[in-house]
Amino acid sequence: MSTVINDTIATVIDGKRVIVKKPELLAPAGTLEKLKIAIHYGADAVYIGGQEYGLRSNAGNFTLEEMKEGVEFARKYGAKVYVTTNIYAHNENIDGLEDYLRGLQEAGVTGIIVADPLIIETCRRVAPKVEVHLSTQQSLSNWRAVQYWKEEGLHRVVLARETTSEEMREMKEKVDIEIETFIHGAMCIAYSGRCVLSNHMTARDSNRGGCCQSCRWDYDLYSLDEGNEQALFAENDSPFAMSPKDLKLVESIPKLIELGIDSLKIEGRMKSIHYIATVVSVYRKVIDTYCADPENFQIKQEWLEELEKCANRPAAPAFFEGTPGMEEQLFGVHGKKASHDFAGLVLDYDKDTGMVTLQQRNFFRPGDEVEFFGPEIENFTQTVEAIWDEKGNELDAARHPLQIVRFKTEKPVYPNNMMRKGLE
Amino acid sequence: MKKPELLVTPHSVDSIEPLIATGADAFVLGEQRYGLRLAGEFNREDMKHAIGKAHAKGKKVYVAVNAIFHNDIANELDDYIAFVKEAGADAIIFGDPAVLMAVRAVAPDMPLHWNTETTATNYFTCNYWGQRGAVRAVLARELSMDEVIEVKENAEVAIEVQVHGMTCMFQSKRPLLGHYFEYQGKVMEIENRKEAKNMLLYDKERDNKYPIFEDQNGTHIMSPNDICIIDELAEMIEAGIDSFKIDGVLHSPEYLLEVTKLYRQAIDLCVENLEEYEEVKEELLEKIEELQPAHRPLDTGFFFKETVY
Repeated sequence: MSTVINDTIATVIDGKRVIVKKPELLAPAGTLEKLKIAIHYGADAVYIGGQEYGLRSNAGNFTLEEMKEGVEFARKYGAKVYVTTNIYAHNENIDGLEDYLRGLQEAGVTGIIVADPLIIETCRRVAPKVEVHLSTQQSLSNWRAVQYWKEEGLHRVVLARETTSEEMREMKEKVDIEIETFIHGAMCIAYSGRCVLSNHMTARDSNRGGCCQSCRWDYDLYSLDEGNEQALFAENDSPFAMSPKDLKLVESIPKLIELGIDSLKIEGRMKSIHYIATVVSVYRKVIDTYCADPENFQIKQEWLEELEKCANRPAAPAFFEGTPGMEEQLFGVHGKKASHDFAGLVLDYDKDTGMVTLQQRNFFRPGDEVEFFGPEIENFTQTVEAIWDEKGNELDAARHPLQIVRFKTEKPVYPNNMMRKGLE
Repeated sequence: MKKPELLVTPHSVDSIEPLIATGADAFVLGEQRYGLRLAGEFNREDMKHAIGKAHAKGKKVYVAVNAIFHNDIANELDDYIAFVKEAGADAIIFGDPAVLMAVRAVAPDMPLHWNTETTATNYFTCNYWGQRGAVRAVLARELSMDEVIEVKENAEVAIEVQVHGMTCMFQSKRPLLGHYFEYQGKVMEIENRKEAKNMLLYDKERDNKYPIFEDQNGTHIMSPNDICIIDELAEMIEAGIDSFKIDGVLHSPEYLLEVTKLYRQAIDLCVENLEEYEEVKEELLEKIEELQPAHRPLDTGFFFKETVY
């Protein structure tokens, strides 16, 4: 790691270099529950979807009332809320846009993430207090285009997933604008905004939230020779696939911080609270540890292992150090099982009895080894002993989703801590 | 009634004169370093010759500079655009705002056509780019006929619509064919793949075949059918659509020539003698059907197809 001191990023206190420009850790929040978990576990900001104009028509998506509640919750933690408003609108979407954007401003959201100039311009006219961030849907991948959006008055740009660290450096050097980039999660294999596979294959508009992930399907590849089709695969070969590994830049966080990137973004508004809690807490620790003492920073094995506990696909650094090779694609596999299951959410803990009150999220029974984690505690594992239900009846297992159960923990836990169980 | 421009994508300098003779009014050309999914490769010398030949017959040449640029090529744009201007091109086609910045710097009077392929989906945004220097917007192929006409009714820029040929469904920066061959251990094919424009992805469930190829801009997957609305031009001509494009990418020069000839006939008839157009349009469609390679069925794209989201 370069140790050149850049005044805006680092300073020296008592002979020790520390990072003063700590990037924002930005997490996805598909629902109000996810928003609260993300912020509680250390996100500086979350992005959510509204009822319209966003790109995940299947995600939870917030009503204006829920947004207000989310914004109030975030404010208590000093966190920010952004709303994805990044469809490419058709004529029919123009009606209602002004009211929608005024509603967002009224709900107190900090910014919107936008691709279509229609929404950029309309927001500035009717909801000027709302920051405008350019969405990755614009596939922004060069500094001159960054300069263009800066001159257009945008507050922040989200880069294309195809941007390398060297390209980010040049953008940061040449243009003074906030830059946000993805650090973790699933990715489009296409340039975002330049894929209409769903439109053709399922008559669902990918650029308005209808993406059906056709890029994760298998295909057969043929060559065409004088009109004759010839299979380009043998009997037992894996079919043609273009599914990428997920993005994971946990080991490049120091570099991103030194580049002065303003916001580090985790993908996944559809992911579970267990996934969000796990990923956010790891990146929180990496960022905080590096910023406090960059010279002595070392990535900890336990952080890497922690990410595996919720990973549902193999992961790779994608474009960060150049165009990814064949090994960053998935052939013949469609993901993998995470090493752990989310087993329960802590609702309460009784100091006197050492008993946790827990909401069940997956089957577990006495004798199972479980792990607790959360922002207030160090991870610990223990064996579950007797389990009781709310009425005090002893149970042979916690069988029912969302069932409330009690049992003894070996160490204190706190509300919203989570319990997970290893899988064989 | 105004006659829309008939715009085609030539394969080489040699195609220019025959295409003019069969009825093309304007050409899109360029090189893959700067332009996306072109029918042919025109280096700087070729471009000058093509522009010379087109201008000699009063026809126009638009140069495609509509790739998605990274810093390396973004830094070359001033030089390329200065050349394009010098060569006498009638317009530059762009998608990336970096081109707008370069044009402002070195060719401020150069007319611009906005074409990102997939994101020109409403009239407001067409006009937005109009206010920033575009004189024309090339509409996304995923719009319905009604949407196209509504855009035209509200547009302050000229509107171009693709009426024939293949469309792009997907562009990735990654070399996906090369990766697949490498995964299979077929090194020879990796080396040859850059030249190969004859591969198809087969989708069993839909029984569709999607052309796929790689070039400097990455991997491109194309529509399984060729759009053909030679028999449905009247409504758009009446609405005043400014340009009809025939895309010849992944088709032969001979095919493009024949198709251009038939569309010339269709447009002329539709403007000059609507009744006769109505009478012969089925026949024109049949003639195009006869030209189609076996793996390229015709359809009407999204003009009459509803998408949901």
